[in-house]
Amino acid sequence: MMSDNKDIVDVTDLSRKELEHLFELADQIENHTVNTSHSLDGKIMALAFFEPSTRTRLSFESAMNRLGGRTMTLLETAMTSATKGENFADTVRMLDFYSDIIVIRHSVEGASRFAADVCTSPVINAGEGMMYHPTQTMIDLYEVMRSFGRIDGLNYAVVGDLRHARVASSLLRGLSMFHPGAIELVSPEQLRATDETKHSLDSAKVKFEEGTSLEGVVEKADVIYLTRVQKERFGDPLEYERVRGSYIFGEDSVRKMKKESVILHALPRVDELPPAVDKYPQARYFEQAKRGVFVRMALLKMILG
Amino acid sequence: MPQEELRVAKIKNGTVIDHIPAGKALQVIRILGIKGTEGHIATILMNVPSLKLGKKDLVKIEDMTVGSGQAQLIALIAPDASLNIVSDYEVKKKYRPNPPDVVEGLVRCPNMMCISNKRDEPIVPKLKVESKNPVVLRCAYCRAILPADEIATNLVE
Repeated sequence: MMSDNKDIVDVTDLSRKELEHLFELADQIENHTVNTSHSLDGKIMALAFFEPSTRTRLSFESAMNRLGGRTMTLLETAMTSATKGENFADTVRMLDFYSDIIVIRHSVEGASRFAADVCTSPVINAGEGMMYHPTQTMIDLYEVMRSFGRIDGLNYAVVGDLRHARVASSLLRGLSMFHPGAIELVSPEQLRATDETKHSLDSAKVKFEEGTSLEGVVEKADVIYLTRVQKERFGDPLEYERVRGSYIFGEDSVRKMKKESVILHALPRVDELPPAVDKYPQARYFEQAKRGVFVRMALLKMILG
Repeated sequence: MPQEELRVAKIKNGTVIDHIPAGKALQVIRILGIKGTEGHIATILMNVPSLKLGKKDLVKIEDMTVGSGQAQLIALIAPDASLNIVSDYEVKKKYRPNPPDVVEGLVRCPNMMCISNKRDEPIVPKLKVESKNPVVLRCAYCRAILPADEIATNLVE
């Protein structure tokens, strides 16, 4: 069900049809209508994480283990030959020799594409720079599918640090493969989506509006996608302090939402999403995180199975 | 000698690049790697009247041939440009270079955070020509966009 190119560098590396198949398979795995516990027996997945991660790394490990495969993990650079000056190409070349699939997180943009060129095994981008996080987008879209049974025609509000949050730019590229209703991009002026991201939407003829206020947006949206202001991407700590907490989506905001609407967040959260919101039925971010394992299982099975 | 003749005086040997869009001659000079210290006699004509373009630039370089990579880049910034190879005062060959689909090893990605700009990595910068009208290049690694006007300032040294 996959084309010959098995590298996943961007969400657009899968076609819409392939994404829909992925969601069907994730749904079957989640509902135990398919037995996948030995699907990847004997396969080894290498995880190379040159940036910190909790959910992404652990859910990939969990997914591979649940499919019967094994994992080996290289964490950041502290304990590796990278500290001795080894270049990235040589590091991933070794992983290619030792494993059947390589999952990479890196701060340097283009690292996954380069790794895919160097390696013969499939490469999955597990988050890169400020633009790419394809598997998170697959999870986000799957959660929308689970909540509404469709992705097309819904109104989306993407809120927060749209300039630095790769989950936001990746999601918007993912949505450009579908036919969303309205898309509202809500952020402080200095954290607006990049021209590159807006270009993807324009190219796909997906309409969007940009604004700085949640006023009137919350009531209309079916999906509210919140993002954390990415402290680690700011060169100037004062600049970060100026914009952190620009949007706090508290109980007052939830009460303005439609009953059937949902709040998604890729986590971790900081100020933007207070724990008091967790009890509302619209809060779906923990289900979203839980489903990360099913989506990643489905993806690994599609690539290696 | 009439002024018009002065402008278009023939060269004995070398290359004449004609039909460059007005204002882009200096970008062509950069692509050719001419810094002025090489000793070639170079003539740059800017904003001269043209039947085809209204106004055009023109570059003449004596005793120099244009490489195929340079010709490809010229085609990207000056799609109507023609290259005239002159030998003993005669045009021996005239052609319009085709814009390439991929530019490899000639132009850097404009994103300094891109892996293709990391000196320690064994990587050759590669940009795909995403659109030819207008010309837009996209890095094959990080997918950053490079507009045509920035090609000349992002040449690989």
